[in-house]
Amino acid sequence: MNKIWAFMIFFGMGVAAITKKIDIVNDVLIKNTQDAVMFSIGLTGIMSVWLGLMNIAKKSGLIDKIGKIMSPFMGILFPDIPKNHPAMSAMVMNMAANMFGAGNSATALGLKAMEDLQNLNSNKRKATNAMCMFLVINMSSIQLVPLSVLKIRVDTGSVNPTEIIGTSLVATTVSTIVGILSCKILERKS
Amino acid sequence: MINLLQFISIMMLPIMITMILGHGMIKKIDIYETFVEGAKEGFKTSIRIMPYLIAIFLAIGIFKDSGALYLLIKIFSPITKALGIPKEVLPLVFMRPVSGSGALGVVSDLLNTYGPDSFIGRVSSTMMGSSETIFYTMAIYFGAIGIKESRHTLLAAIISHIGAVVASVWICKYIF
Repeated sequence: MNKIWAFMIFFGMGVAAITKKIDIVNDVLIKNTQDAVMFSIGLTGIMSVWLGLMNIAKKSGLIDKIGKIMSPFMGILFPDIPKNHPAMSAMVMNMAANMFGAGNSATALGLKAMEDLQNLNSNKRKATNAMCMFLVINMSSIQLVPLSVLKIRVDTGSVNPTEIIGTSLVATTVSTIVGILSCKILERKS
Repeated sequence: MINLLQFISIMMLPIMITMILGHGMIKKIDIYETFVEGAKEGFKTSIRIMPYLIAIFLAIGIFKDSGALYLLIKIFSPITKALGIPKEVLPLVFMRPVSGSGALGVVSDLLNTYGPDSFIGRVSSTMMGSSETIFYTMAIYFGAIGIKESRHTLLAAIISHIGAVVASVWICKYIF
């Protein structure tokens, strides 16, 4: 992360200087950092809602139930996590929210899942296999209905805006499988 | 079709919330107090991820607005050409892992230029629907819990992204 961050900033500023657009740095400095603050403040609401709901689900035993139902599937992906651990249900619910395009709820549930996973981690600085797997699945996106893309297609006058849902599903399935396999292979080496 | 799908998507969160609250009531839990008790942690988490968000938004902003992304595309174009990826969609291939809203802007441009029902239009729509932002997700998820060593996460995510890109192109070639 360290190197990538430095690369993005130095390379970006270098290109800006050569193309005589160095003033964009000043704009970004003000605008993008403000966006970041607004985003995290904005996330507080939905974050609190899901933490509240998950607290209810934990006390009512719903979390154990979800964990049990999904355990055949989740057990393969996350062999190191105990079946009834809260992390399992938070991850299941994060994936459900992701599938239906509820981005902010998914982020809130995902952060909750990461905290639960961290409780099982012996080295708090280093990511566990389960964390890597969870993030890779998250980033390979299992969205069922790409609503924002559909909207652009409708707006630009597509004859058949929904025809890309099937192709997206195929592509996203391929990418998720590729992600899971590369995680399983890479985790043995690192 | 769109309306039905939209309906299901809209119904998802209300259904999840009803399930949790309903189950809590059946089990005779004081759902109001329990909710508030859990919600207290929300602010802490948001504040914890804020510095990571600021760092990543800053880097992405400079990288994107300076045109550095487009220079990178030029450097990588021989490789992507070998994979059969049309050069028109390259900006999307590189923008997608970096910024979600940026990528949506690129898709919008492509559909306006080439038309939504062209090959380029279909490939870019498929690609947008099948991949996710990488850097920002990694920054906040690991940042929130203080992980410093992300191990193989980035490499696996990039491989998975390449999988999505190649699969998008091939499935569109095959179907349409």
